[in-house]
Amino acid sequence: MNHDTPGYRLFRYVTLTLLSVFVLAPLYVMLASSLKTLPDVQGEFTWFPSSPTFQSFIDIWHTVPLAQYFVNSLIVAVSATVLSVLVAVFASYALSRWTFPGSGSFKSAVLATQMFPGILFLLPLYLLFVYADQNLGTDLVGTRTGLIVTYLTFSLPFAVWMLVGYFDTVPRDLDEAAKVDGAGPLRTLLQIIVPAATPGIVAVCIYAFMTAWGEVLFASVLTDEQSRTLAVGLQAYSTEANVYWNQVMAASLVVSVPVVAGFLLLQRFLITGFTAGAVK
Amino acid sequence: MAVISPSGTRESPGTPDTPKQSTRGSRFRGRGRRWIPYAFLLPALALEVIVHFVPIVLGVAMSGLRVTQYQISHWWEAPFSGLGNFRIVLDFDGPTGKALAQSFFVTLGFTAVVLSGAWIVGMAAALALQRAFRGRGLLRTLFLVPYALPAYTAVITWRFIFQRDNGMLNHLLGQLGLIDSNPFWLIGHNAFWAECVVAIWRMWPFAFLILMAGMQAIPGEVYEASSIDGAGPWRQLQMITLPLLSSVNKVLVLVMFLHTFNDFSTPYILFGGSAPPAGDLISVHIYQSSFATWNFGLGSAMSVLLLLFLALVSACYLAFTRRTGHES
Repeated sequence: MNHDTPGYRLFRYVTLTLLSVFVLAPLYVMLASSLKTLPDVQGEFTWFPSSPTFQSFIDIWHTVPLAQYFVNSLIVAVSATVLSVLVAVFASYALSRWTFPGSGSFKSAVLATQMFPGILFLLPLYLLFVYADQNLGTDLVGTRTGLIVTYLTFSLPFAVWMLVGYFDTVPRDLDEAAKVDGAGPLRTLLQIIVPAATPGIVAVCIYAFMTAWGEVLFASVLTDEQSRTLAVGLQAYSTEANVYWNQVMAASLVVSVPVVAGFLLLQRFLITGFTAGAVK
Repeated sequence: MAVISPSGTRESPGTPDTPKQSTRGSRFRGRGRRWIPYAFLLPALALEVIVHFVPIVLGVAMSGLRVTQYQISHWWEAPFSGLGNFRIVLDFDGPTGKALAQSFFVTLGFTAVVLSGAWIVGMAAALALQRAFRGRGLLRTLFLVPYALPAYTAVITWRFIFQRDNGMLNHLLGQLGLIDSNPFWLIGHNAFWAECVVAIWRMWPFAFLILMAGMQAIPGEVYEASSIDGAGPWRQLQMITLPLLSSVNKVLVLVMFLHTFNDFSTPYILFGGSAPPAGDLISVHIYQSSFATWNFGLGSAMSVLLLLFLALVSACYLAFTRRTGHES
């Protein structure tokens, strides 16, 4: 390999320094402010806490029912992820291995839903849920179920799109071999295709989980006090009279650390998943 | 009626049977199992219908009804108003139409700034991390953090940074001697730029991730061959990297466009629900028009117009990129 030119080295140095500062500044503010006392955080901004304390990490659980929101978010995000990936795996396998009447239009229809603004579904979906609750006796408005059903479809287009690309890279000879061995489509999918496409599936899981964990618009309309998720619940730290910035930042840290850590641990799957599935 | 066949059978060579027999055999099997792909597809289809297609049809229907807070529980009995809602929404001299047009143009500008900003920053980062050096893995991980951070926590932190008196930005600018008095960042025209910065901060790692994945798919030999021919990094970028990334870019730009144009979280959280006119993005605008006043009919009409606009742009974009793709 040739050596880096001085010009490229300078470009790299400047770009990476600027971007690191850009990325780190908010993360630093989050951390430093969470360690401040309320008067400290409400006065003129300082780079360091005058008397660092972990008090806000204790207070966040009492000011707002954070634990409840945490449980809600966890249930909603995990259920939506598992279900959507399961549904997507079957759909993608069908689209990748068979050509049948309607497969093309289904693929384009699924892609098209990616383009629709969330606000477009929100009003009718809300009213649909109201209708179902009153006339069919379901319990969808203000419950975790309603949110799960909704989120389940949010990551679906992306999951199908990526998994079809990923399954296409798994050689069909494997399917043939399984068929010769007498395996039906279901066993072929579960025992041959799914293991071969693990990076793609993990990537889709990450995407689905993050989508559900951070969604704000639908959560703010479709939940009530009992089913509120973190994305909406955190707003409770800001009242008309006062914003508990130190607690907001502490809670933000607590909420972010699990997803960010999980994401960073699994990022190599995401990159290989994108490389094989989306970038062809 | 088209024949369903596992697409693999057509291409699989070396089956022990003669070609004729194998075709007959697979068609026979195919007839018996024609339902299998449909069965696999059914759950996805059902969910798409319930959560996407039915609401869209309902949304279009609702745009023709006068649904207000009085009919929420019996909205299907709301009075029919024909194109009345569209007439109000598209009357740019009236207050509703005027505000919608203003919000539309703000969103257009916001999308242009965020899309180009995120692409340029993401591309610069991908190029800077293209070659191996010490600390590359660490920086790559760091750059993905904004992508992994939940929307609420990212945007609320920026909101704190932009605070007039206790925010980091004014403090920093004061320390650097760039400002004398503390400006407002979340009110007035500054709000637009504040919003763009936050959106770029959240969006660029996605561009970076996709472009990096795209670059990894370019074989190293291509670069080696070109550097033997004496091409420098700048020439390699022009002649190799950008052309080979064009198919990736087509998808990336469209996805980022749709995502940015529909952005709700950034303005909603940054401005605490009521955005100043300069930062009033269309998603929040429709949300406010619908849920603050409970005027669902007007909100639906706005949504339908937004959908038509996005469909038109996407179709034009796809047609255009497909054509240029054929020429090259």
